[in-house]
Amino acid sequence: MSLSLAFELDRGPLHLAVALDVPSDQTLALVGPNGAGKSTMLHAIAGLLRIDSGSIAMAGTTWDGGPTGPFVPPESRRIGFLFQDHLLFPHLDVLDNVAFSLRAQGRPRAVARTEAMQWLSRVSLADRATAWPKELSGGQAQRVALARALASRPRALLLDEPLAAVDASLRHELRRELKQHLATFKGPRVVVSHDAIDAFVLADRIAVIERGRIIQVGTPTEICSAPRSRYVADLVGVNLVRGTCRDGVITTENGGTLRVAHRGEGAVLATVHPRAISLFQERPSGSPRNVWQAAVTAVEPAVDCLRVRFDGPFPLVAEITDSARRELGIEVGARLWLALKATEISVSEA
Amino acid sequence: MRTGPLLLRALLVVLVATAALLFALPLLAVLASAPWSRLLELARSAAVHEAMLLSLCSSLGAVALALLLGLPLAVYLARGNSWLHTAVRVVVTLPIVLPPITAGIALLLAFGRNGLLGQFLDRHFDLSLPFTTAATVIAAAYMGMPFFVLSAEAGLRSLDPRYEAAAATLGAGPLRRFCTVVLPSMKPALRTGLLLCWARALGEFCATQMFAGNLAGETRTLPLLCSVAMEVDPDLAIGLSLLLASTSVLVLVLLRRSFLPHR
Repeated sequence: MSLSLAFELDRGPLHLAVALDVPSDQTLALVGPNGAGKSTMLHAIAGLLRIDSGSIAMAGTTWDGGPTGPFVPPESRRIGFLFQDHLLFPHLDVLDNVAFSLRAQGRPRAVARTEAMQWLSRVSLADRATAWPKELSGGQAQRVALARALASRPRALLLDEPLAAVDASLRHELRRELKQHLATFKGPRVVVSHDAIDAFVLADRIAVIERGRIIQVGTPTEICSAPRSRYVADLVGVNLVRGTCRDGVITTENGGTLRVAHRGEGAVLATVHPRAISLFQERPSGSPRNVWQAAVTAVEPAVDCLRVRFDGPFPLVAEITDSARRELGIEVGARLWLALKATEISVSEA
Repeated sequence: MRTGPLLLRALLVVLVATAALLFALPLLAVLASAPWSRLLELARSAAVHEAMLLSLCSSLGAVALALLLGLPLAVYLARGNSWLHTAVRVVVTLPIVLPPITAGIALLLAFGRNGLLGQFLDRHFDLSLPFTTAATVIAAAYMGMPFFVLSAEAGLRSLDPRYEAAAATLGAGPLRRFCTVVLPSMKPALRTGLLLCWARALGEFCATQMFAGNLAGETRTLPLLCSVAMEVDPDLAIGLSLLLASTSVLVLVLLRRSFLPHR
């Protein structure tokens, strides 16, 4: 039941060339800058764009075989597509939006509505069934769009920036919900995102795409530990710390602690940008709430700085300039003091 | 230097008032000369009933033709910009600006007994269109349908095509997408187009007279009866004008959203 992509597609200045397989038990995140071809790729998989050569196949059936090959139109592919701005039909109420695919499959109106109601309950919006799309909040619209996409019982799920149009305050919660829905979905999932956290939380595998080409594929950990371009470094070069948050302190599995400005409690995913970490030879005193000592395990040149890796309770990367390195005499094995302001740590519920 | 602007302002008032009167005065005249006491008696005449029925038939027939032929045409026009699209648009839009008498003669030359298509229909199907009720429908559609096509096309072009894409991913084929997503979204444009088409078809006179003739009970619609009555019974002509004008006002009221500026 895997989704096999091996195609090329020209669209304006973009030349997209892709070779990827997405197994049915996997969520693949497509990550890359604007205009890299992420959405174009998703539209090609959905059949909303035709490819110029190669093929797109699902579970052995060719969906698009290029200009001379077979073509299965989008309505026959049975895919669930979540659009960035949801695209709920404005002339249908919430229930009929969700029932749309069931009606298209030929179910009688009453049956389709009953089934749609069940999907609405699954996203906790049964009480909004008679609302019009324009009356929904961003988060509600996102949930309705998800219910609508899932109701058709699609064979593959395609999500285009699913959390981009959602209020920042709701993102954590929606991201967690989305992760649960993706986990129970039996079929390949492809998520387009430009947000590192979204990609890391939702995906089993990440494909980094730049200027129409896939430049790196790997698990979030693999991508994080060896970014292959400036964009990826910026995107995933952030330090990730998993732990439990309580009273403004995150405790990691191996006992390390970090003071944070976060108020919530429970499992969290904290990100720290390498630029936010300051290095000292002597123990500094000042505003940073987190000060600890660690040994340098590696010094790697990056595009316009150096990335210094540390061991310790949370293996971190710090970015410094070459002059700072010479001044501090940073070498593998050196023990340094690290300082990190609590407000530089962004925390989200995992 | 206050006299300059004052003079200008006075001139402006006079011009605006003249323009407004130019349009208001004829309507006021109809109201003033209307045979109010004879209205009921006039409305009971068989000729009026016949004409009303014919007008209703031909104008609604034109609206039906607009839906049947005009909607696919609007879809075609909205989905392309080739030279052929432009050519078709020009041909379809022309009746709006064409002198109705020219339209009538052109229709006769096309569908008349010796016309381009007419002689063929006459010879092979024994079908003669001129001077039949069908001819009034064709004339009304010829003059009214362009309004519908243009309005529907504008409505289609203003739709966000991504809604159709969304419907496709939800399993809706082209026809289902058109009926469940496109048509409901262009409802305001459709309503405007149909009302404009109907109003134009209802008032059609010149092309109908030329192409369909002025036969009582056959092709004599309200405007044609009106012109005949003007020579025999001016009261009837004024009464019918009142009726047609009231209908126009009603159409305008129904169209207020497309005509009045948004506040």
